[in-house]
Amino acid sequence: MQRTRATFPVLGLAFAAAIVSLVPVWYLGTQSLSRGIQVFTDELIQQRTLTLIWRSGVLTAAVTLASIVIGIFAAWVTTLSGIRGRTVLTIAFSLPLAIPSYLAAFAWISWLPGISGFTGAFIVLTFACYPYVMLPVAAAMKRLDPVHEDIARTMGRSSFDILREVLLPQLRRPIASGGLLVALYALSDFGAVAAMRHEVFTWVIYGAYRAGFNPTRAATLSLVLIAAALALTLAESFARGDDTSARKSNAARQRHSQLSLRARVVVLVGTSFVLVPAVGVPVVNVVSWLGRSTTRATDWATVWKATGQSFINGSATAIVTLLLALPVTWCAVRGKGIIARLPERLTYITHALPGIVVAISVVYVGIRVARPWYQEFPLLVFGQVIIFLPVMVASLRAALEKTPVSLEEVAHSLGTNSFQTLLRVTLPIALPGVLAGSALTMLAAVKELPVTLLLRPTGMNTLSTKIWDFSTISDYAAVGPFALAMLILAALPTALLGTLSSMKDGGS
Amino acid sequence: MKTSQRFIAAVASLSFVLTACGSSSSSSDTTAVSEDTTVTVYSGRSEELVKDLFAAFTEETGISVDARYGDSGEMAALLLTEGSASPADVFFSQDAGALGAVEDNLAELPTETLSLVDSKFSSENRKWVGVTGRVRVVVYNPTLAPTPPNTIDGLLDAQWSGKIGFAPTNASWQSFVTALRVLRGEDGAEKWLTAFAQNKPVAYEKNSAVRDAVNTGEVSLGLVNHYYLLEKIAAEGADAVVAKNQFMAAGDVGGLVNVAGVGILANAKHSSAAQKFVDFLQSDTAAEYFRKKTWEYILTSGAAQADGLPPFADLQAPSINLSDLKSLDLTQELLQKVGLLTK
Repeated sequence: MQRTRATFPVLGLAFAAAIVSLVPVWYLGTQSLSRGIQVFTDELIQQRTLTLIWRSGVLTAAVTLASIVIGIFAAWVTTLSGIRGRTVLTIAFSLPLAIPSYLAAFAWISWLPGISGFTGAFIVLTFACYPYVMLPVAAAMKRLDPVHEDIARTMGRSSFDILREVLLPQLRRPIASGGLLVALYALSDFGAVAAMRHEVFTWVIYGAYRAGFNPTRAATLSLVLIAAALALTLAESFARGDDTSARKSNAARQRHSQLSLRARVVVLVGTSFVLVPAVGVPVVNVVSWLGRSTTRATDWATVWKATGQSFINGSATAIVTLLLALPVTWCAVRGKGIIARLPERLTYITHALPGIVVAISVVYVGIRVARPWYQEFPLLVFGQVIIFLPVMVASLRAALEKTPVSLEEVAHSLGTNSFQTLLRVTLPIALPGVLAGSALTMLAAVKELPVTLLLRPTGMNTLSTKIWDFSTISDYAAVGPFALAMLILAALPTALLGTLSSMKDGGS
Repeated sequence: MKTSQRFIAAVASLSFVLTACGSSSSSSDTTAVSEDTTVTVYSGRSEELVKDLFAAFTEETGISVDARYGDSGEMAALLLTEGSASPADVFFSQDAGALGAVEDNLAELPTETLSLVDSKFSSENRKWVGVTGRVRVVVYNPTLAPTPPNTIDGLLDAQWSGKIGFAPTNASWQSFVTALRVLRGEDGAEKWLTAFAQNKPVAYEKNSAVRDAVNTGEVSLGLVNHYYLLEKIAAEGADAVVAKNQFMAAGDVGGLVNVAGVGILANAKHSSAAQKFVDFLQSDTAAEYFRKKTWEYILTSGAAQADGLPPFADLQAPSINLSDLKSLDLTQELLQKVGLLTK
């Protein structure tokens, strides 16, 4: 791919964004060494740390692999399979993004108490995460040059062979970038492993805060997650490899392969094997809470207010995240050399941290350097931006990579600077990716709990804080309306994602 | 360059708009209203549980309450991270351990406050005071267990094998195990827990599920706090509930009393309002509220207790310094080791 030199201001903004996302590392370094190097090494060098690395590693690997398999299947069903109702299916397959892992985990454990432990954590996380693979892979599948498939088909290959031999090698990049997000999510999630009682790093880190009142220990263990995130980010860089997916012919993907009746039945059975556990189980459970007897009447005014607040939080987070992600991604895709690509890699590092650690980090920094904003809205948004920057960056990256650099060169030769090029040429072409990234970020922010709980302005309630509030007193009849409101609110960006995903490029 | 400046200006003005949104939606706390018409409370107790009580305080004193709600342990971490810059005036915690963890940040309480409560349920360093108490009990099904044990060693009897329910992740259960470690030492605690694990206790998601399982006869005994039974009776009527509470023998660690308590921050900006808030939590109004809402024991001496509870003086809780209950993380390691926490 051709690259242009990133101009200094864009690079500066990119590094500023990366430094913002590294705020937790500052805190973790200070806090983990606050009781001396001896305490730090004693805490770290233990048999137990190795056990935790093993347990977290196994769970992360299993969830990532399973999400990749399910994600590719779902992407194929919604793009290339030729099945009818692809837009509806895309939306249905994206719905798990609207369901917080703590709600899904609770639904599973109250239905099947026996699955607690690794099995339960694996199921909940996999069905929560596969859309992160599905969305980029589906986008890439639409851009695949149909010529390769046609050649393979004329050579008498079956659909499965074509998937394995022709399609998969061209899908390395979306699989790698989706897989990285899944792996980091699986490392950082607390809701699922807590409900399933599966001891991994996040469990112990939360325990260090909640039960041990020991922030030093929490910080020390969090540094291990940072190291894991670094390794995963590097691994993804290698897995991406060189760009081989350049489209050479202009053949449009007008038609879809015709599936036999038997194949259609197989596809539909496979689809329901994904949708029932991913969407059916949690939704049925939430709806059943509504039917429970309760002593208190549902206060719909509170539900409305919390819904509005969640919407404001989610939108603000998405907008600010987008603004920070633009220069980062632009440098990574168009910039030359390691320096230009560094900010993008850096933003991923803190994505493996559990929410509570990011929250406490922002408290630490906020109360020292941003006192007027402490416990105010901007700092809450700031905390969420740190967490969700990689989600936005991954979407933007996929979108920018497909914008032809030649257009930008033409713009440059006509005398526009890089900002004008970014705003007037690149952005419009990458718009579907921008919208998709914003929708994903908003969804994640609406579900987010730990940062909201600690950083929200005093007195502010969102859907997630209300759900938490009623769960702590086990009042599930009261949780019901808020959980349902969250599903409905989150269904809007999900529908946008689904529609974008099925509209982009071909399909028409 | 002009365009780039415009771009930056756009970003900057956007963040101002966001700031404006933020300040208008949150009320007074930075534009400090004149002294002590407000008090900032960090509450480890749930909003649904205490917001009406806080409203009653405002009604009585005219002092408005800016309350932040969260998990008690996370609130303690928040206070430790904020240090002397914390906006908090008061920390109202669900358990003693979290108060013990932040003792260095708390001010000494006056004798008038401390003397209202048995010293067993306050900080040894005079930094916090207990407000209400939760007693560990054995909830039992009288048909299946006509003579329930009243000591924790009685629970190890083979006749209860597979018939005891407990909630492994519940904070009160873990507080009990912490007390066991403090009173019997690490080896003694491990010995009891190993024997308990061999008796095949049945794990439930939470205390209310344990109680319900005992009531339906799924298990015979359950290790819970005393008020879960009262909560069920209040919701479903005494006729619908067959389970009963067995309070433990005098001094038995199984009858641990953990407290919800309150302390005032050393750097509180509204310390006189904070003291009024603490006084209010010890008042008859608050006692009445907790009796009806949480069925906890009221720790203020001489206070009446909720209907159906044995007198507090009869319980004779085990002697333990409640601030020692802050080593819960070591408890979780031990529970993990004996196989009682995770799968």
